[in-house]
Amino acid sequence: MQPFRLTEGGLIDRSRPLHFQFDGRRYGGYAGDSIASALLANGVHLVGRSFKYHRPRGIVSAGVEEPNALFQVGYDPKTEPNVKGTIAELVDGMVLQSQNAWPSVGFDLGSVNQCFSRFLPSGFYYKTFMGPGRGTKAWMLYERMIRKAAGLGNAPTRPDPDSYDKTFAHTDILVVGSGPAGLSATLAAGRSGARVLLVEMDNALGGHLLSAPGSEIDGLSGLVWVEKAAAELAALPNVTVMTRTVCFAAYDHNFFALWENVSDHLTDAERAQHQPRHRLIKLRTGQAIFAAGAIERPLIFRDNDRPGSMLAGAAETYLKRYAVRAGKRAVLVTNNDGAYRGALALNEAGIEIAAIADLRETPSGHWTAEARERRLPILAGQGVFATEGSKRVEGVRIGKIGADGLSLAGGEETHACDLVLNAGGWTPSVHLHSQAKGKLVWEEEGQYFRPGVTGQKGQGSVGACNGTFGLGAILAEGHAGGAVAAEALGRSGPVGAAPAAGDESFLPLRRLWLIPADKPLGHQGKHFVDQQNDVTVADLKLALREGYRSIEHLKRYTTTGMATDQGKTSNVNALTLVAGTLAKPIPEVGTTTFRPPYTPISFGAWMGRDVGDLLDPLRKTAMDPWHEANGAEFENVGQWRRPWYYPQAGESMADAVERECRAVRGAVGVLDASTLGKIDIQGPDAAEFLDRIYTNAWKTLAVGRCRYGLMLSEDGMVMDDGVTARLGEQHYLMHTTSGNAAQVLAHLEEYLQTEWPDLKVFLTSVTEQWATAQIAGPYARDLLAEIAPDLYLSTEALPHMSVTAGKVAGRKARIFRVSFTGETSFEVSVPSSYGLGLWEALMRAGAKYGISPFGTEAMHVLRAEKGFIIVGQETDGSVNPHDLGMDWIVSKTKDFVGRRSLSRTDMAKPDRKQLVGILTKDPKNILPEGAQLVQKDGPERPLPMLGHVTSSYWSPAAERSIAMALIKGGRARMGERLYAPLEGGKTLECEVVEPVFYDKEGSRLRG
Amino acid sequence: MQGGQSMKQRYSLASLVKNAFSHHEGWAQALPSAEPRESYDVVIVGGGGHGLATAYYLAKELQVGSVAVVERGWIGGGNTGRNTTIVRSNYLWDQSAALYEHGLKLWENLSHELNYNVMFSQRGVMNLAHNQNDLRALSRRINANRLNGVDSEFLDAQGVKDFCPVIDLRGNGRYPVLGASLQRRGGTARHDAVAWGYARAAAEYGVDIVQTCPVEGFEIKDGRVTAVRTARGRIAAKKVGIAAAGHSSVLAQMAGVQLPIQSLPLQALVSEPVKPIIDCVVMSSAVHAYVSQSDKGELVIGAGVDRYIGYGQRGSIPVTEETLAAICELFPLFRRLRMLRMWGGIVDTCPDASPIISKTPVEGLFINCGWGTGGFKATPGSGHVFAHTIARNEPHRLAEPFRLDRFVTGFTIDEHGAAAVAH
Amino acid sequence: MLLIPCPYCGPRPEIEFGYGSEAHLARPGAPQEMSDEDWAAYVYWRKNTKGVFHERWVHTHGCRRWFNVIRDTVTYEILAAYEQGIEPPAVEIETYV
Repeated sequence: MQPFRLTEGGLIDRSRPLHFQFDGRRYGGYAGDSIASALLANGVHLVGRSFKYHRPRGIVSAGVEEPNALFQVGYDPKTEPNVKGTIAELVDGMVLQSQNAWPSVGFDLGSVNQCFSRFLPSGFYYKTFMGPGRGTKAWMLYERMIRKAAGLGNAPTRPDPDSYDKTFAHTDILVVGSGPAGLSATLAAGRSGARVLLVEMDNALGGHLLSAPGSEIDGLSGLVWVEKAAAELAALPNVTVMTRTVCFAAYDHNFFALWENVSDHLTDAERAQHQPRHRLIKLRTGQAIFAAGAIERPLIFRDNDRPGSMLAGAAETYLKRYAVRAGKRAVLVTNNDGAYRGALALNEAGIEIAAIADLRETPSGHWTAEARERRLPILAGQGVFATEGSKRVEGVRIGKIGADGLSLAGGEETHACDLVLNAGGWTPSVHLHSQAKGKLVWEEEGQYFRPGVTGQKGQGSVGACNGTFGLGAILAEGHAGGAVAAEALGRSGPVGAAPAAGDESFLPLRRLWLIPADKPLGHQGKHFVDQQNDVTVADLKLALREGYRSIEHLKRYTTTGMATDQGKTSNVNALTLVAGTLAKPIPEVGTTTFRPPYTPISFGAWMGRDVGDLLDPLRKTAMDPWHEANGAEFENVGQWRRPWYYPQAGESMADAVERECRAVRGAVGVLDASTLGKIDIQGPDAAEFLDRIYTNAWKTLAVGRCRYGLMLSEDGMVMDDGVTARLGEQHYLMHTTSGNAAQVLAHLEEYLQTEWPDLKVFLTSVTEQWATAQIAGPYARDLLAEIAPDLYLSTEALPHMSVTAGKVAGRKARIFRVSFTGETSFEVSVPSSYGLGLWEALMRAGAKYGISPFGTEAMHVLRAEKGFIIVGQETDGSVNPHDLGMDWIVSKTKDFVGRRSLSRTDMAKPDRKQLVGILTKDPKNILPEGAQLVQKDGPERPLPMLGHVTSSYWSPAAERSIAMALIKGGRARMGERLYAPLEGGKTLECEVVEPVFYDKEGSRLRG
Repeated sequence: MQGGQSMKQRYSLASLVKNAFSHHEGWAQALPSAEPRESYDVVIVGGGGHGLATAYYLAKELQVGSVAVVERGWIGGGNTGRNTTIVRSNYLWDQSAALYEHGLKLWENLSHELNYNVMFSQRGVMNLAHNQNDLRALSRRINANRLNGVDSEFLDAQGVKDFCPVIDLRGNGRYPVLGASLQRRGGTARHDAVAWGYARAAAEYGVDIVQTCPVEGFEIKDGRVTAVRTARGRIAAKKVGIAAAGHSSVLAQMAGVQLPIQSLPLQALVSEPVKPIIDCVVMSSAVHAYVSQSDKGELVIGAGVDRYIGYGQRGSIPVTEETLAAICELFPLFRRLRMLRMWGGIVDTCPDASPIISKTPVEGLFINCGWGTGGFKATPGSGHVFAHTIARNEPHRLAEPFRLDRFVTGFTIDEHGAAAVAH
Repeated sequence: MLLIPCPYCGPRPEIEFGYGSEAHLARPGAPQEMSDEDWAAYVYWRKNTKGVFHERWVHTHGCRRWFNVIRDTVTYEILAAYEQGIEPPAVEIETYV
């Protein structure tokens, strides 16, 4: 069944067999398997083809560093590309496909690329594909083929049916990683009484101990110790332990991003309906302890990418954790002592160790000694310089390495094997430390970067990620780290004793990673540095030769370290090769930036619940249910949705808008004006404050009266407008445009607090507290009188631009007599909860007057007929009051925000764009908004433009089209003929006119 | 060859094949690295795309004598190597359209000009409209572009779907796609190649490219710049041009020049590579997101700007969250893809979202900055007009409106509506 | 995500705040008497310090109060936060090139 599975041992659950498919073939595995371990248990090593050359590739690692074992998992729309088989848990019924192979991974037509590989060195695409011909045509043809060949797996083609989640979290101490260092730190910190969060990306605690269960800690076997530690932590109420959770990014001020895999390891049947797939956790912590472990570093030799060539530690993991033999006959190639432990374990499990090629002249160390005792065949000072075979390793060539490490010194032999164990030492996972802007220091003895000074307060690294490799030292360092973090937070509870263990590290090692072969580099076979991106040693040397010498240039030119594994096994090798070639010390070459995320993170988790209705909440008014029930079409204005128009059966938009306009001009209409911003302004200095904010004068405004105001930014450009009413001696209510309410409040608050703190003024947003119906038209007064019998509404009692309070439809209301339509008009505001009731009362009472609700479009037409501007439509941040012909509202006697800017030389020039009216020659033609106007049409480009149409409508009142435009020197052009060359080749002739098209005297709105 | 010089080694398919048979051991150095000399006629501070392009055009077209580029780190390591590589010229105002279109025309032949494939791919850039106001702004810009000779067309919702089938038009009602402008000549290019291509070509014309050479000050005598002080010694210069993006203020300050610039973090990210899924560039300023797919298969996603001054080349998490939520809303099938890498740059933003290409109050000192989120697309055009401005000691016709004193006179060019992301 | 110590509410995450750039700038008392250059300097010219920077923040989604912060714009470390209208506390100045 599973020919490479041991009958006992490991952390798999043999009572729960699972079934899965890979490339159409059915296989079996067990609960607890990863995809990779299940495949290996079935003897499958060939799992994919490489990106560029389509070389056969096998499983290299047992962790997050995996370059090759990437799978397409599941069916559309739940399919997921590039899943790392070494960390993805096997799920019953899983369907896997290999990537980069067609028609199959065994017979891949793309492998023809290998024949051309000599023409495809790093950066070859920068040197060719440019012609024939000028321009970009030729490149774009080549590019189409390149794009098809590139990419790894396939994106789904239909929307993702799953849900995602995100949350905030807070803790005193964050511990990242649950290996011996992390567990030891968590125990110490947890005992102190501090709140501790331990996160582990794996599905089980233990880290490295899961792969080396035989290690002895406090006299217990490693795994038993882990269980005991887990039990103690579970009993501490102040400690939270999360598995399947990776801390993938360090932000500022001890803020971290965590990603929890909530349900990828479950089948659809096992997963509850409400469960999201993934969760993004945004965590603030007082202290952070990184215990992220280390990653084994491979040696580089010719054709080191052949399936069956694997990191030594990975083979040990597959054996100990998954009870899988990765092969039958293995050769270990190593430059250090630590790797012998794996060889010993494999040997004990019945895998023949054909040879241990140890690059060191005189192999020594704890594990080496044990291997000697067990009579494993150690070849001192020798190395594997090439593999043989095609889709699986069949043998290796081993030779004696010269003292300089640069050439073979004879003794070449071929050893048959189906597994190559590759061991080049260990690289601390300094990612989080480095992301948090911590410094790195180069460790000569072990040849790796380890954390130096931290970039932020309250952070530290312990264990292997700190460059500490002996188990006893790791446990002690973890414990101390936990205790120090607790103490920094003032937690001085007893932290207990540090766990004890032996102290063998992987050292000593020989500083050699590139094993010289019998032919010069690049002349036969390939020496891969970055397997996923198919980057070879020859590529790196070429890049250096061509001058790409900064490590960042080298990375970008060759793409080394830029694959989905982000160089976890390749970066330090690349660095070593660069330093060697340039004859510079490694710290001088530096390292590339560790960019988040530590491992790829689903976009879905980043989105969480911020999708659909929650992406950006849509604000609705109190009357919205009525609009919806009555068939309104809506438009979004800022965050609000507003009725755009109310089509009746069979009506087009134009029909509906014309009907609504006629109702307002001829009878009565009602508009939901609740979205207008409302700012309550109170205090003894309120009038002075308004004087400084608005362009016009405010101190003269009487109580009970309203005034239109224009507000500028300090650069003199129009920012907002609206009507402000004086409700009391020291009490004003300011109206803003719907979209700008928050911005205006912020503007007022900023000036009040930061420039004029001496003014006694208080600002309160009351936009949401009031619902407002605007009643407009000849019957507006009659209608309002019916539902507000107590109010005096005559022009004498309530003239244009005044305000009163009273009961409307039985509720306390404010009534503003203001007009944006040019008709007699009242804006009635009631507390929001009565808004719908007010609206319904108006509609009921208005029936006999022929009332019609009108939407924003009719409102726009009606105000344009009057020549009223809309901020954001007639203005765009580059328009000043003079441009709008609104000099009348700009005080010449007082200072106000933006005034000084108006007298700059370019602000008063006569050829600035000025607001004018535009009439098309043919009254039936409606100019498109945004049309550009020219003095003379012609084919030349650029064609000098005078300005653009800001607003344009069919005007029922004028019975023709009308438009407004911002035109260079517009006011001096009255009567001039201009042309609007439209998309599609048509040109409309038009005339510049005054921008008022209806009731120029304003008698209707005052009446 | 123009300029009377010949490339030491021309790149072509033939040269690639020829070198393959010598195991690629015969390629000449493409990125030469020079030691600084004691003096130059012109020193350009900043070895990004803009600085390198400036040096290239100075050396090739303008006979200014000796030219050096001094770069604090490695060339192309700032915003040139950190942006989302979008190239377009569909800007609203005449002055901007003229400048960016000048750049776009140079882009169209840049690979040939430099004999280095910068992979400019005119795959089309769409700017989405999500509400009536967006549509009005779009129409205004499209009409202006058209009459300015910048290709620009309107797509209705169905047209958007046809051009980019993976978009969800409904946007769940909140950000429905109502239409888009499309510039077919816009697209993407390979950012690093632009820096390397310009550097290689500039060096062929004798420009010294000095890396790891931070500038520490300027020497100014009688109101005239005379030298640049660097970590590697004093370099005398008759003229100095600063093209330092996020570090413009720091450098200008050394010469006593004030700028209206704020340096803000701007983030970008890529997904893991997948087979081709989106073939054009899609930008939405309403939801602060833009996306395209690289030739390698990664989705390249640009996020919004962080609000605070930051020289740390990193941004904050809410900006990324907002961008990816918007991307997932517009493209629901991207949700199962994964973020591979994210990073930040430092963008030099101007109050009117337009650049500054200008003389300064210091004689002989010129500044090119304020490109905000839009600098990459301008690289060739910016370099070209800046080179002319430096060589002639007066603004190039296209650079004239972008002078520093426009903030004094009020002749600002407010392009906030045209930037993908409002500043 | 920055943790900003609002002098009125205590430490809160950055998303609750608005930004106001350079601190300790006063609006001129008599703008009409200023030259165009001086006025432009007030409107547009802001320090863009690389290093220790005195800047303004507003607790938009909290107390709505403006206050000043001293922050290193390279490390993003916040060295102090204080109410407006008072002298800034002394901090160690880091300089960067």
